[in-house]
Amino acid sequence: MAQEKNFDLVVIGGGPGGYVAAIRAAQLGMSVALVEREHLGGICLNWGCIPTKALLRAAELRHSIDEMQAFGITITGEVKIDLPAVVKRSRKVAERLSMGVKHLLKKNKVSVFDAVAKLGAKQGDQRVVSLSDGGDITGRNIILATGARARTLPGLEADGTKILTYREAMIPETMPKSLVIIGSGAIGAEFASFYLDMGVDVTLIEAMDRILPVEDEEISSFVQNAFEKRGMKIMTGVKLSSLTASKAGVTAAFDGKQDDISVERAILAVGITGNTEALGLEGTGVKVERNHIVTDKSGATGEPGIYAIGDVAGPPWLAHKASHEGIACVEHMAGMKDAHPIADGAVPGCTYCRPQVASIGLTEAAAKAAGHDIRVGRFPMLANGKAIAMGDDQGLIKTVFDKKTGELLGAHMVGPEVTELIQGYAVARTLEATEAELMQTIFPHPTLSEAMHESVLDAYGRAIHF
Amino acid sequence: MAIDILMPALSPTMESGTLSKWTIAVGDPVRSGDVIAEIETDKATMEVEAVDDGVLASILVADGSDGVAVGTVIARLAEDGEAVEDVASAAVPPPAPVSPEPVSSAPVSDPAEASAASQIDAVSADPVPAVAEPVQTSAVAAVAAPKAPATSADGSRIFASPLARRIAVDRGIDLARLSGSGPHGRILRRDVEEQAASPAPVMASAAGQMSASASAPVAGASSLEPNSQMRRIIAQRLQESKANAPHFYLTVDCEIDNLLAARRMMNDKAGEGVKISVNDLVIRAAAMALMAVPKANASWEGDHTRLFHHADIAMAVAVDGGLVTPVVWAAEQKGLAALSEITRDLASRARDGQLAPEEFSGGSFTISNLGMYGIREFAAVINPPHGAILAVGAGEERPVVRDGQLAVATVMTVTLSADHRVVDGAVGAEWLQAFKGYIEQPVTMLL
Repeated sequence: MAQEKNFDLVVIGGGPGGYVAAIRAAQLGMSVALVEREHLGGICLNWGCIPTKALLRAAELRHSIDEMQAFGITITGEVKIDLPAVVKRSRKVAERLSMGVKHLLKKNKVSVFDAVAKLGAKQGDQRVVSLSDGGDITGRNIILATGARARTLPGLEADGTKILTYREAMIPETMPKSLVIIGSGAIGAEFASFYLDMGVDVTLIEAMDRILPVEDEEISSFVQNAFEKRGMKIMTGVKLSSLTASKAGVTAAFDGKQDDISVERAILAVGITGNTEALGLEGTGVKVERNHIVTDKSGATGEPGIYAIGDVAGPPWLAHKASHEGIACVEHMAGMKDAHPIADGAVPGCTYCRPQVASIGLTEAAAKAAGHDIRVGRFPMLANGKAIAMGDDQGLIKTVFDKKTGELLGAHMVGPEVTELIQGYAVARTLEATEAELMQTIFPHPTLSEAMHESVLDAYGRAIHF
Repeated sequence: MAIDILMPALSPTMESGTLSKWTIAVGDPVRSGDVIAEIETDKATMEVEAVDDGVLASILVADGSDGVAVGTVIARLAEDGEAVEDVASAAVPPPAPVSPEPVSSAPVSDPAEASAASQIDAVSADPVPAVAEPVQTSAVAAVAAPKAPATSADGSRIFASPLARRIAVDRGIDLARLSGSGPHGRILRRDVEEQAASPAPVMASAAGQMSASASAPVAGASSLEPNSQMRRIIAQRLQESKANAPHFYLTVDCEIDNLLAARRMMNDKAGEGVKISVNDLVIRAAAMALMAVPKANASWEGDHTRLFHHADIAMAVAVDGGLVTPVVWAAEQKGLAALSEITRDLASRARDGQLAPEEFSGGSFTISNLGMYGIREFAAVINPPHGAILAVGAGEERPVVRDGQLAVATVMTVTLSADHRVVDGAVGAEWLQAFKGYIEQPVTMLL
């Protein structure tokens, strides 16, 4: 097929940053090429957000069977988990969405190249991008959206069978009896919750003094209690010195007095590192610092015409942040005046462990450290009618306001479906609502969202139901 | 029955004004025709007279309140025989003690009945949106926390985020003066904060904090002056003029030795008290030129052009805090002695802020003279809705060439700024030619 070779924009990487940027650019009338080396949809869709949610849903359903009796439903007979079927469904979900992305790109007339791309020389106002299949294309502008991969630490290398990264952890053929998870950020916490629900003996290890260390302290401690109640072992403030795989399993050794732990398998979830290698950045003005490409708010790098977005451009490593950056970058490129780069604290974060965690903006401690005089509101799901009816009344919604301006500085939530609720506070923040508008808003009854309202009311001593 | 006293419209265009001073106090008896208050409008301070008899029961808009919308109830009178206390308490709109809305939003009940200015016409008596600033009132002493206005002075809605509004109130920033960087121009918190960060803090020097660091930029090296009604009107009108009227400029030198000689002669021969100035002669010459070139005596009104039959010439008078432009009506019909007396009176009353609104509204042509400051020549901004303005420089001795010979003459350079929508270049040039003719041969302007 004779394909166009010269484009207004070449996007390298087809993840949630790259494919969204490509579609937005096409909407704005640019001719766009997208180069993807493996799967359209990237890690998020194929090996991250989406397939893990499919797994977690299976774990949740398994868990709900244990709850049936409380609702007056008795199940007779054995409950069995067909692990290959669970994993297969997860893969099918990923596949379906990847096909969806392919269709969207086609619909928007984005030329997709299945290849590994490398930046080449400048030719006039075009830059050459060499493809691994031998062809060359050129683009007036380039967006690097190559994403990131699991970070490994010296002495903590994954081997793919006993010591796993997220990738292998997502497609287990068998369930181990025991498992240690290194790192308690979103990825570590989700796997810990999943494997625990699947009946595995899980130990979660964190170097910081609490799990989910980017969350508000109260939320971290709420989740830790919930995990421990379910039988998870949690070690915080410990430093792993080595992780050794043997036939029998994996042994984790620690600095200090902590005894070694021997388990069947280990999962490494110690952060991720940008895919900056072999992109042909040498000799360009693109700067790489701490494994990530340095950009301004609109994604511009040190080299005119080359932009970077998403995980490769630095944390937070979140799909929705990458998508938003992709759109802002392309709109900036097109000279749109209302291109909207990401504002500080505007990226919500969600963790889909049980209980779910969602947050946006400053934690209470960060708000104080930034010099704000604050008001804090709290509302427990225990007092929310819908949560009680659902039989899922463990949770907390915490809001942090600036005392003087009424700005919603941050919101921190743990409990049922909070990942679906956080957008309410995100919209409020984008609209620059104060406590007054949030109080004046009518939240429908009976919903979990009433707890959001009550938390705001509580910050001003006006909570009705607690 | 209590009688409402409403904020009067002192000119057809007045939408709001400053209630500068009450000249009577609560409990004072009032007779129709008594001066009860002073109101500052666009360009002058006006006295408000009572139209009814009674006793002042309550003052609802305090001294010094500005931006008081026309039609606002500003005070209440108790009719003869009526208890003042009853009226004072009745003056409060029903839920007033807890109402966050200032009294100014009270509907106008019957302007014809009770207004201090019974001439309020239908247009100006229309209810006007609530005033911008919260009005301090005696009846509604405890108003809720102030809110940033939702509308600007001209009544258009201001789009601003709630957070931006609150920070603006907190820092005393007028949202109407900000341009928003949000979607569709919405004012966001960052716009307010940038504005707050830009002017130097006024309090710094007053608080004596300047000694701390000698090398640092001096904090408080500027200060904030609230803009008077006049300043705002000047800003608004001149900006509107520059934005809407396509200005062009024509400059000509006029030799005025003959004019000066004629003026000396006239002043010598004239009676006691008559002193004709060069400016009077300039006005006379301009008036004659407008009669000679009537096409230059015009004003743009969109669908049509208004052609004036008289030379209604406004003269720019610098006053404290701004300028006003009182009009010499039908200047072409005024003899020089009369003209001189009129200009002297207008200028002196303008400086005292005593002009009536109709004395400085309207007209078709303006003269601005900066000759007394030694300005050689300048170009003025047209005073809308006028069609042109003449900027007059100083008369000074300059070398001129006559028949190939250098000579000395007293020369005055004038520049006509004309609105090209109504005055074309050739018309402007023709007018200037006529003007120059009258100036250089002053006898002709006496015809």
